[in-house]
Amino acid sequence: MEQNPYLPITMKLTKNLVETEDRNINTFTLEFLNKQDEENFKYMPGQFAELSAFGYGEAPFGIATSPTEPGILKFSVAKVGCVSNALHLMEEGTMVGVRGPMGNYYPVEEFKGKNLVIIGGGFAFTTLRALAVYMLDPAHRGDYGDITVIYGARNPGLLLYKEELAAWENNPNINLVTTIDRPAEGWTKHVGFIPSITEQVAPSSVNTYAVVCGPPAMIKFTLPVLEKLNFPPERIYTSLEMRMKCGLGICGRCNIGTEYVCKDGPVFSMAQLKDLPSEY
Amino acid sequence: MKISKEKFGQSVDALSSDYRLIAPVSEAGGVNYKAVKSFSDVKQDYLNSKLPPKSLFFPQHEKLISYVKNGKDVTVKNELKVEKTILFGVRPCDAKGLLLLDKVFKNDQYQDPYYYERRNNTVVIGMACKTIAPTCFCSSMGLSPASSEGADIFLIDLGDSYDLEIITEKGKALLGDLGLSELTAQEQALVDAVKSAQTTSQVDVSTITEKLDKMFDNPYWENLQEKCLGCNTCSFSCPTCHCFDISEEVCQNSGSRVRTWDACMAPLFTLHGSGHNPRSTQKARWRQRMMHKFNYFVHNNGDIACVGCGRCIRSCPVNMDMRQIIDGVNKAELVVE
Repeated sequence: MEQNPYLPITMKLTKNLVETEDRNINTFTLEFLNKQDEENFKYMPGQFAELSAFGYGEAPFGIATSPTEPGILKFSVAKVGCVSNALHLMEEGTMVGVRGPMGNYYPVEEFKGKNLVIIGGGFAFTTLRALAVYMLDPAHRGDYGDITVIYGARNPGLLLYKEELAAWENNPNINLVTTIDRPAEGWTKHVGFIPSITEQVAPSSVNTYAVVCGPPAMIKFTLPVLEKLNFPPERIYTSLEMRMKCGLGICGRCNIGTEYVCKDGPVFSMAQLKDLPSEY
Repeated sequence: MKISKEKFGQSVDALSSDYRLIAPVSEAGGVNYKAVKSFSDVKQDYLNSKLPPKSLFFPQHEKLISYVKNGKDVTVKNELKVEKTILFGVRPCDAKGLLLLDKVFKNDQYQDPYYYERRNNTVVIGMACKTIAPTCFCSSMGLSPASSEGADIFLIDLGDSYDLEIITEKGKALLGDLGLSELTAQEQALVDAVKSAQTTSQVDVSTITEKLDKMFDNPYWENLQEKCLGCNTCSFSCPTCHCFDISEEVCQNSGSRVRTWDACMAPLFTLHGSGHNPRSTQKARWRQRMMHKFNYFVHNNGDIACVGCGRCIRSCPVNMDMRQIIDGVNKAELVVE
């Protein structure tokens, strides 16, 4: 029989880290139990997996690590429902279930030879982090032009991956712009919403792709800015969320028109989305 | 070619040590497909089953995996179980429905082993319809009361005997040499009559897919669903509806992950954890139902996902009628942007 796509592998939760000051987002580090599992789990930045908290259920989350970081997977998850709450409360050392990798990924082949601007807001930064880490890897960095990351959160405490952001500040291979919504004590970087900051700091659209991920309001107001900067819809990518169960394009709930977000997405270009019903 | 029912029944019963026999039986509330011990228990005169035989391959409720937790450790077990099965007496609409489900449970990337293991281990014996209900409209969906598409063996009831046609290698392998005899002229006339029959009820789906390409924002959807209760009966009784939920059943340290039928007519079906719901109204959900069956499915799989069995019409508590809704799409005025 073929591999059963409903059967999760078990991975060990080695770190359950409180990621944000409001304690609403934790980053889980999961370790592969054996080489075979790891070899079977070949993934790319932008893909997601179904995590099982045994006894509670299963839910889909974007993979926050890049395939250039072997041995582990990381997921940064907001406390929202039954499964995410159970994961937040889980003791390190506990086994969790993982099905995947699922979905498509950011078109890193298409991006080759181009500049990239990655625009993220709030906790939608997870697979964008994976993308940036993938491109910054010495094996891949030469494939791409300038990499700009514009990342915002409501306040400094809500930014994910603070240590990594600090390292990127001093990394000549990446141009990091961070912003918060309102001034805060001790904050010396940008203040303002993502769309207006993007307008101020975005690189030229010539030979450049944009990847945008964040809350719907942020996306809604950032897209017109990118259009104004002459980014064509074919060169703007985003990643969508939907309620999902199977993750295999079968259970029927995550479609937008003919496309299943789990199987045909979650990554879509704005050109693709323009041809689909606005039902997401 | 013909075989007596008695001889056919003996052949099927002779396989009972290898195959379970699932066939139409009478029960409270109607006819349904159930396991029977002997061919003599099979109901021979029935319009169609209340629920389609899809549940044999895609049960209303099934365990996918089970697990036992021990401290921080867990042991996970695959719960897929398969029995070799003869599925007897499937009507043409439902046999075609299985072919459509085949396209759902296998896509460009994945194959669902629970569905396919059962499907591959089942021989489908189809049965032509001698009685046609006023709600049947399979003739409009490229079928007929005697189409053998989707069956491995196809029968036409001749009273004491069947006209038997082997359709697939799988069907041929099941029964071996049956010693069939020729039809009499009278029987041939009966077979011809059954084969030429059409449903009296008809709808026009010749241009519906192209029409729906332009109808996502059409006002037609506004009032269509007003009386719909969102009870899901239409989906559960549909031979091609396949949406499901996956949830957890837990008792202390052990549990299972189960799959149950779900439906696009239910508000929770698409509700995000954030509270956002892309299909938050019954209007959006009815549009999804129609779009999926008559447009999205055609674009993705090349077929309309309706077989004209009429179950949704017969079972709807508020008399919504798929034929009228199709007709409404045909008549809807396109909105010029």
